[in-house]
Amino acid sequence: MSEAIISVEHVSFAYEEEGREAVRDVTLSIPRGAFHAILGQNGSGKSTLAKLINGLYLPTQGTVTVCGLDTKDDQNTWEIRRRAGMVFQNPDNQLVATIVEEDVAFGLENIGVPTEEMPGRIEKALADVDMLPFAHRAPHTLSGGQKQRVAIAGVLAMRPEAIIFDESTAMLDPRGRKEVMAAVKKLNQEQGITVLWITHFMEEAVNCDRVHVMHDGQIALSGTPEEVFADPDKIRVYRLDAPPMARLAQQLRQAGMPLGQGILTVDEMAKEVCRLCK
Amino acid sequence: MALNNITLGQFYPAESVVHRLDPRVKIILLIALIVAIFLAQNLLAFVPVVLFLYAAARLSTVPFPMLIKGLKPLRFILILTFVLNVFFLQGETPLLDLGFTVIKKEALITAVHYSLRLVLLVLASSVLTLTTAPIVLTDGLERLLSPLRVIHFPAHEMAMMMSIALRFIPTLLEEADKIMKAQTARGADFESGHLIQRAKAMVPLLVPLFVSAFRRAGDLAMAMEARCYHGGEGRTRLRVLKCERRDYIACAVMALLIAAVVVLSRLY
Repeated sequence: MSEAIISVEHVSFAYEEEGREAVRDVTLSIPRGAFHAILGQNGSGKSTLAKLINGLYLPTQGTVTVCGLDTKDDQNTWEIRRRAGMVFQNPDNQLVATIVEEDVAFGLENIGVPTEEMPGRIEKALADVDMLPFAHRAPHTLSGGQKQRVAIAGVLAMRPEAIIFDESTAMLDPRGRKEVMAAVKKLNQEQGITVLWITHFMEEAVNCDRVHVMHDGQIALSGTPEEVFADPDKIRVYRLDAPPMARLAQQLRQAGMPLGQGILTVDEMAKEVCRLCK
Repeated sequence: MALNNITLGQFYPAESVVHRLDPRVKIILLIALIVAIFLAQNLLAFVPVVLFLYAAARLSTVPFPMLIKGLKPLRFILILTFVLNVFFLQGETPLLDLGFTVIKKEALITAVHYSLRLVLLVLASSVLTLTTAPIVLTDGLERLLSPLRVIHFPAHEMAMMMSIALRFIPTLLEEADKIMKAQTARGADFESGHLIQRAKAMVPLLVPLFVSAFRRAGDLAMAMEARCYHGGEGRTRLRVLKCERRDYIACAVMALLIAAVVVLSRLY
């Protein structure tokens, strides 16, 4: 893969009021076009890391560079936030305007996009997340999944190179989670937008390129989903549960079934079982 | 107690000429109309104002009962104004002898004049709020007030605050409803007792609501910053207000109206 779009080098960060370091000596590099996931328990520092990348927090030590721009330099702040957009957890608390269309315009207005250019960009962004029919609705009449997709459209209209999702599905019902996941995967595959997906749902991490497990402010484990979830006992140390299929595979193996490695989804499990039955 | 049936403002959505007028023009027209109402020195001078309001109401396609509804909260003040003026104003021409007092012609005319003035003021502002969505009104106010930026008047910030408030009112109402149900399930009683008891019962509703509102505010500020919000400077707009022919026509009509009111006031 090509050059790193987001690069975090030996970064530490402590909240002023707490003193304890929420992020400790984290090094991370995300190549352009990749889909990376960060997993971790509550309080593991994963949200703090997200805010460090977007320049909302500045590292107490180390450097964060986004598209070659250092977040510490004041002049880069707005450019970094445009290029690496962010979608937050609570769908209600990130929509600003009273009409969907105007909310998508909010970011564009902030970065001074000419008025004539706006309608086209808004339409495209809404179409990309399948929300175009809702352009004139009020946000409070939408479902959680729809609100999150509007939030994504708001970021998308600014033509970002990367989007950071800070537990964006945590407050959604299973259907909403599926909708949002599908929209994000499509953006990653079709438009090559780099995705950093922060979550505590293991099953959302099984299809990504690389998984980083955060524990106590540090990256405890990094690798492909197959590597990370290969041994469910190992990640239990970080108080995480491997995806259900990985656990089932482990139990079946222990019971004597010669299953192959790297089973993370129901489809993969079905294929493997069929292979064994032949 | 259902909180979700509260409608925001009293906007009546429709596609009329009055709805489509530039909000800035509508605000200015309202101010001009208020001036005209106060300029009117006699009942005859109210005629153009009434005609103008009637025409505006008809053009707006807002049903008349909705307009009249705006007067309801004012009914006591209206009755009081009328009664006090009728009974206590001095005059020369006796009109009706009630035994304990004599109603004078001049007093009756003044009473009608003052009451009518109140009615017209309320109706005029109702036409504005019924035909303009709150968010559009906010937009218009921001544009009208933006020249005041030179004396550091925070026009943009005020408009942003108002539009965020409008955005969050339904969200907070929903939340209040949820908290209320949760507290009712725990045995809270919001509906019985006298006034002070009921006010006290609101505390377990208001405290969580406030805490959550502050948390929301923090989240929203973070989200706005993440989307490059940095105040009104260098900001472009999705909706640009532009005066069109109908706006100029409306202004011209208003100028004629003021002239008519002044002339009619002098004539008498």
